[in-house]
Amino acid sequence: MTGAEIVTEGLGVVLGEVEILHEVSMTVARGEFLTVIGPNGAGKSTLLRCLDGILQPSTGRVLIERRPIADFSRRELARTVSYVPQPDAGPLDYSVRSFVEMGRFPHISAWAALTEADVEAVAGAMELTGVAELADRAMSSLSGGERQRASIAAALAQGGSILLLDEPTSFLDYRHQVQILDLLDRLNHDQGLTVVAVTHDLNSTVASSDEVLALKGGRVAAIGKPADLLDAEVLAGIYETDFRLTAGGHRGLPLVLPARNGS
Amino acid sequence: MKTSLRLVILGGLAAIALAAMPLVGRHALPLSVLTDFGGTDPAAIIFWQIRVPRALAAFVGGAGLALGGAVFQAIFRNPLATPYTLGVASGASLGVALASRFGLSLMVAGLSTTSVAAFAGALLAIGVVWVLTRLRPELSSTTLLLAGVAMNFFFSSLILFAQYTASLGDSYRIIRWLMGGLGGVDMSTVLHMAPVVAIGGAVIIWHARELDLLATGSEIAASRGVAVAPTRTLLFLATSVMVGGVVAACGPVGFVGMMAPHICRLVVGSNHRVLLPASILFGGAFLVLCDTAARLVLFPAELPVGVITAFLGAPFFLWLLVRQVGSR
Repeated sequence: MTGAEIVTEGLGVVLGEVEILHEVSMTVARGEFLTVIGPNGAGKSTLLRCLDGILQPSTGRVLIERRPIADFSRRELARTVSYVPQPDAGPLDYSVRSFVEMGRFPHISAWAALTEADVEAVAGAMELTGVAELADRAMSSLSGGERQRASIAAALAQGGSILLLDEPTSFLDYRHQVQILDLLDRLNHDQGLTVVAVTHDLNSTVASSDEVLALKGGRVAAIGKPADLLDAEVLAGIYETDFRLTAGGHRGLPLVLPARNGS
Repeated sequence: MKTSLRLVILGGLAAIALAAMPLVGRHALPLSVLTDFGGTDPAAIIFWQIRVPRALAAFVGGAGLALGGAVFQAIFRNPLATPYTLGVASGASLGVALASRFGLSLMVAGLSTTSVAAFAGALLAIGVVWVLTRLRPELSSTTLLLAGVAMNFFFSSLILFAQYTASLGDSYRIIRWLMGGLGGVDMSTVLHMAPVVAIGGAVIIWHARELDLLATGSEIAASRGVAVAPTRTLLFLATSVMVGGVVAACGPVGFVGMMAPHICRLVVGSNHRVLLPASILFGGAFLVLCDTAARLVLFPAELPVGVITAFLGAPFFLWLLVRQVGSR
């Protein structure tokens, strides 16, 4: 499996009277790990929804491997791009296995049984994410970290080359954050998936990524390597609060702390 | 126990209910009537021309109502949603109330005035909700359900008005219809209702995998490759029209639509490829049983089946619920 390239050209989204995204142009290379940062309401989740075609942009377009996603059928797009939304509090009455099997939807017709390829993809995805032993548990009985891994397994079962995640480590304790980040690293390095993750976690998630896109008020505020963006002045501009940076972060990057008054 | 085995058992029980219930009644019928199809013997006439059509109507109606509830609970992601919640039953009731109050005659293609008025009322309610979703596509399903509840109150007030100003006889006929019942059905009722339920049911069953995904949320469904908006619209319209057809034939029988899918979930789980067939079998068999009880309870008089469904069904559901909680 090799990742695919994503390009956005002048992406704009207007919902009602409100402009959510304005002229967002960017390129995510094949097999790249991009993190998207920015304050609440900056349009990060909206950008992800546009990349997966869940939301039609008002202006501009998204291209995957140079092909506009408007030309993909819904199922075809689902075989290329998969999306892990923010955890939903709603009840999920399905077993982990049933939920992961639903990831095969774009590959099967209405009442056909799962093929051998489907069964293998489901088993492989559960193995990779470490949820194989939870297969018969109800989704609603899982802890936050287990549920997040099962959600990623379902997205992987789709067999696409691009994985989009919305705040994959929020609400998780530290051990589970590390598990999810290790998993994303493996998917990115070993499986070659293109990964795009929205996050507020500057020290771990952003520091693990290849490229960082910062959005502010729906516009691109900065784009570059983690080393370029993990900078007190740049971050202060993005988040409108002061930051204190010290040495000793992941991969030789600085550790970032929001500074409080008097600190 | 394996889910498929449970489904087979449910199928067996449904077949037994369908075959045995017509034998039960005021006139104990000999088993020989089973082979005497079209016979002129009174026992054969009672069996084949009265009780069998009635049991078939109950089965088809119950199956349609249960399927309708299963679909609405999935596409609205709300355990209380049924086509009734969005006004299908109260729209139908309004149609019947107005037709009775103003003495309208609406016989079309061999259908009774009541059926035509009920179906037209149901379509009106569906139309209102559909227009609402067209005008404001961003309405959340919770908002839509609230709008349905408001519409139910509005229709109810019109029904009360029609009833209050009606003659005593008309008023009684309206109340009697509102209770739901299978007293007047014959083979032609079955033949009118069955195609509507069959077509609606086929559309629904064809979308079993989509229903699983819609029940997990519209974003996940879209991301997995479901064309969410057209699929929801198709399922909404097919289901509403199907349930409108059932209500036109059987009256607004309550409880089955909302609770039968929940009972089936407790027994076979939430996977729609199993849940939908289970709902057909259980919903159908349950209404056949209730209708038999309705024929016998006040013997020699008859009770409207709508009075029985919740009376029998609610304690059964509570028992399943308590048993389920206890086993965890």
